[in-house]
Amino acid sequence: MLKEKKLVLIVDDDLDYLFQTKHHVESFGFDVITAENVKDAISVLTQKPDLAILDLMMETQDAGFVLAYKIKKRYPDVPVIIATAVTAETGLNFHLETEEDKNWIKADLYLEKGIRSDQLHREINKLLKL
Amino acid sequence: MEKLRVLVVDDEPGIRSGVIRILKNYTIGFPFMEEDFSFEMLEAETGEKALEIINNDGADIVLLDNKLPGIQGIEVLEKISKMRLDTAVMMITSYASLDIAVKATNFGAYNFVPKPFTPAELKSSIESISKHLYLKRMTSKMKEEGKQIRFQFLSVLSHELKSPLNAIEGYLKIMEDKQVGENIDDYMSMINRSLLRIKGMRNLIIDMLDLTRLESGKKTRNLQKVDLNYLANMAIDTIKPLAIQHNIKIITEIDEDVTITADLDEIEIIFNNLLSNAVKYNLENGEIHFIVKRNNLGIEIVVTDTGIGISDKDLPKLFGEFSRIKNSETRNISGSGLGLSITKKMIELYNGSIEVKSKPGEGTTFKVIIKS
Repeated sequence: MLKEKKLVLIVDDDLDYLFQTKHHVESFGFDVITAENVKDAISVLTQKPDLAILDLMMETQDAGFVLAYKIKKRYPDVPVIIATAVTAETGLNFHLETEEDKNWIKADLYLEKGIRSDQLHREINKLLKL
Repeated sequence: MEKLRVLVVDDEPGIRSGVIRILKNYTIGFPFMEEDFSFEMLEAETGEKALEIINNDGADIVLLDNKLPGIQGIEVLEKISKMRLDTAVMMITSYASLDIAVKATNFGAYNFVPKPFTPAELKSSIESISKHLYLKRMTSKMKEEGKQIRFQFLSVLSHELKSPLNAIEGYLKIMEDKQVGENIDDYMSMINRSLLRIKGMRNLIIDMLDLTRLESGKKTRNLQKVDLNYLANMAIDTIKPLAIQHNIKIITEIDEDVTITADLDEIEIIFNNLLSNAVKYNLENGEIHFIVKRNNLGIEIVVTDTGIGISDKDLPKLFGEFSRIKNSETRNISGSGLGLSITKKMIELYNGSIEVKSKPGEGTTFKVIIKS
């Protein structure tokens, strides 16, 4: 039986990261659509993805959160992964101090960039219940 | 040899003994350190026990599982952060929810190590956390000694240097596994992207050195009579190859006799930064007007391009460090984000000023006055 391939949306403004993530996700057997910024991502959202992987810092430091919010509003059941290189090491952090902030930010998973591709595969499968 | 105390907090005995086995005989040396680090291993099966050990004996590094039988890892982290200790915490956990990640970051967790991890991954995390700890202690020691160190700057810098490395590493891994084919040609675009990122990194390092020299005040300024006409033409020669590639015409209006007392290197950096921006942010077949002339205020340098321009919203950010304006038009333009910040600092050395006028889609004009 031929099953339809799941569609993964990847948004990142680092072209190399975008290319590499797309390459890995396609090798897991998914279809991929990509966008390089929030605006482009929203315009491809007419097509409903099965999962989204978003970079956190794009045009602004919290662009990924904003986009996650918009995706969830439109498709509440689409799992969202936020990938970021922001760690304590870089001296930056999320600046999410208030409960209010935490309430509107909805992501299903937070991933550190540069994780092994087999771990990424496992996490995606978990979220898609495969 | 300096010993770091590592406390492993996990309710699974297998994880504890595994980590201890891996790190027991492990040592780390950095070129900038006189002594190697080795590790003294401690263990706790609950958060309560861990806090007791930290309170009584202290620990340098805590490897903390989030799921524990009593109080949770995140609460242990919160308590450690309230104690204001010089302890670095690494969460060992399956990927946390965003909520926990945000909390952990706010409470100062150094990083996350996903379970399951390999010995090599654990070692590399321990290496980076040891370096972090060492640098942090050095920094606070230097601060106590009255030495200023721009920690925030260094942090952002390390981020800027890390992302090209990550990109290149990613491509090399794909090539190592021959993931897209056996033929080297299949990998050409990845090789080219890697070379481009290396070039960007090299530029960043050069800019950074300029900035460091400028700020340390260590570099003795070599003030002498310099001929701006000559330097301006040299700067044009430097940028010409790039301009020709994009068919950009450079129109000049340079006074014959503009000799001032200045440092040659500094003037070169100012000219090169302004002209290279005018080419990089120009359009194909564009134009650059480059004016150097003496007026009653001093020397006026004007560089106008017919490029993509800068929006009013982005203008105030222009002279900040690492403030690259990110949009769809600038995404393919490589830059360190330091050039204009350096230029401005150089100009200030001459009690000069720099102003910018720009219209998106039409072009940008930088006007510099140097007192002479």
